Amino acid sequence: MTPFNLTQFYADWATILPECFLLLWACVITGAAVLGRTDESKSGTFAIWTIIGTLATAVWVAVTQDGAAFGGTFVFDRLAVVFKEVILAGVILTAAASVGTVSRLRAHRGEYYGMILFSAVGMMLMVSATELLTLYIALELSTVTLFVLAAYHKTNRKSAEAGLKYVILGGISSAILLYGVAILYGLTGTTELARISQGIQRQFMASGSFPPGLALALLLILAGFGFKLALAPFHMWAPDVYEGAPTPITAFLSVASKAAALAAFLRVFFVGGQPAQLIWIQAIAALAALAMIVGNATAIVQTNIKRMLAYSSVAQIGYMLVGAVALDPWGATSISYYAMAYLFANMGAFVCVIAFAERTGSEEISDFSGLSRRSPILAGFFALFLLSLAGVPPTAGFLAKYYVFAAAIQKGYLWLVLVGVATSVVALYYYATVIMKMYFPAEQTEGGFPVARTLTIVLAVSALGVLLLGILPGPVVDWIKAAAQSFVPPT
Amino acid sequence: MDTISLAFYALAFLIIAAAIFVVTSKNIFHSAIYLILALFGVAGIYVLLQAPFLAAAQVLIYVGAVSMLMIFAIMLTARIADQTIRHTNEQVPTGLLVSLGLLAVIVYSLWQTPFAISSDPMPEGAGGTLGKLLLTQFALPFEIVSVLLLGALIGAVVIAKKDSVRREPEAPMTPLPKSAEKVAG
Repeated sequence: MTPFNLTQFYADWATILPECFLLLWACVITGAAVLGRTDESKSGTFAIWTIIGTLATAVWVAVTQDGAAFGGTFVFDRLAVVFKEVILAGVILTAAASVGTVSRLRAHRGEYYGMILFSAVGMMLMVSATELLTLYIALELSTVTLFVLAAYHKTNRKSAEAGLKYVILGGISSAILLYGVAILYGLTGTTELARISQGIQRQFMASGSFPPGLALALLLILAGFGFKLALAPFHMWAPDVYEGAPTPITAFLSVASKAAALAAFLRVFFVGGQPAQLIWIQAIAALAALAMIVGNATAIVQTNIKRMLAYSSVAQIGYMLVGAVALDPWGATSISYYAMAYLFANMGAFVCVIAFAERTGSEEISDFSGLSRRSPILAGFFALFLLSLAGVPPTAGFLAKYYVFAAAIQKGYLWLVLVGVATSVVALYYYATVIMKMYFPAEQTEGGFPVARTLTIVLAVSALGVLLLGILPGPVVDWIKAAAQSFVPPT
Repeated sequence: MDTISLAFYALAFLIIAAAIFVVTSKNIFHSAIYLILALFGVAGIYVLLQAPFLAAAQVLIYVGAVSMLMIFAIMLTARIADQTIRHTNEQVPTGLLVSLGLLAVIVYSLWQTPFAISSDPMPEGAGGTLGKLLLTQFALPFEIVSVLLLGALIGAVVIAKKDSVRREPEAPMTPLPKSAEKVAG
């Protein structure tokens, strides 16, 4: 055990300054709400400024600090920077999109933003955790607050149902994940990912084969992550929770929470489980294929737009994991780029649903009929985001799909890419159905409506993200690639 | 079979039996009592593993605090203790099949796995070492746990508290969809 070192102590805490900053203001916002010192519009503005401040702090830390802290449980490397920015972008868009929803809450308006920020703290810690105990606790911090947010419309039956289902299934999935972690600890005697990797390698050298317990541990951890990512066949909770939760929270769940789980997944499997890739790569390929097929096939028959987007995001996770079979820096780059493209497209799509539901009170796909006449701006934005989710050029979704498929083909997973392309065509069908309904309605519907100003800004930012990432991907891809190369061990 | 193994199997049987009663008992109050029994059994396992600190913490926190809270919650919630709850449905055979299959896989893989087992006696003062680790190498997760508890506490208040603002009920933000067709994924 190393003796106490003051310089090290300061360096450690400087590394988690962004999280500390965010946490401090999360407490202030919650406290002010409890004491009744602010109204909810101030809380919202405050939350947005907090996240901007956190972004700035994160940039400062990225420039001045580097590497591991807290005895190797936490790392502020380039991958962490990439995913922290993705998560913070997701949080900021969620907070801005929540204004209307929060103003209709009957109580606990300020705490709403507080809970979002608490969850964001957990997610940011999660993408930096290089040790399974820290990872698990950070994961719990981000999920426990999401349980509450999912049930925030507590007098609405669907929202309460969403919260309850999420709690129960989230608890079971955490238990499964933890069981895998415990077995892994039993096998290697450590919870640090880098040392787990060494331990697995040493055992393989000694005996020439992997013990079955290792396969069990890795598959249990994979199942645990599968729940968090809503990967088929662990996606059963997603449609009900997505439908019942307040729509900004649904967007938050599907974007920021998935990005955090994805980063943790990359660390656990690309670093810790890397020597045992023979065990899990086939499993990931099978799960990715299943997610693409099940997600897209079930999305076709949905009549509620939030359920449709829920199943579509199950499929999107499948596409992302196609990049994981490559297990090289390029694979990690393609996954991270996909996560970024998905952030803007999916966030934008859900914000369109918010804007539509605020004015019409409906979330049925059939009611989107004729939207191009009633609100041309909203219809245009929605069409753009759906096309990006479908993967049509020149949007970011096209390049994202291209990158993950290219990464998988390089490693010879042609069948997986064929499944991906085939299901993309199916996906295009149901995304295009919504667009056709909006632009070529069977009968004319009356009543134009404007879109709230904050929502328009969120939509514009998301659209800008989708288009910029799609047209000028160069700088972003270089940035992510440098991050991926810095953390994926050479094969 | 030596005494330690005998004690282990007795405790394991106690835990499993109590756990089964927790989920099958018709009265929620009885479930809580059986849960306390199961948690006691786990404390016994910790003693067998020469982890007296964990055993004490288990008794203090789970048997003492958590279970008492649960019992208080049951007693303070009107008309919940005397209700009999139906807790089986038509999914029982499928559920049984899946869990037994999972059990078989887990037992097989762990049986076939050589774990590195140390036969050395536990060093004295393991509790002290644990404390040092928590404040040095594992200081960060230790701190995050407090944030987690704070977040959970605020969340619990938000969910459980009666809304003090009493205004005319406004239209809910997302009205129930007219036809909520559910497709089993």
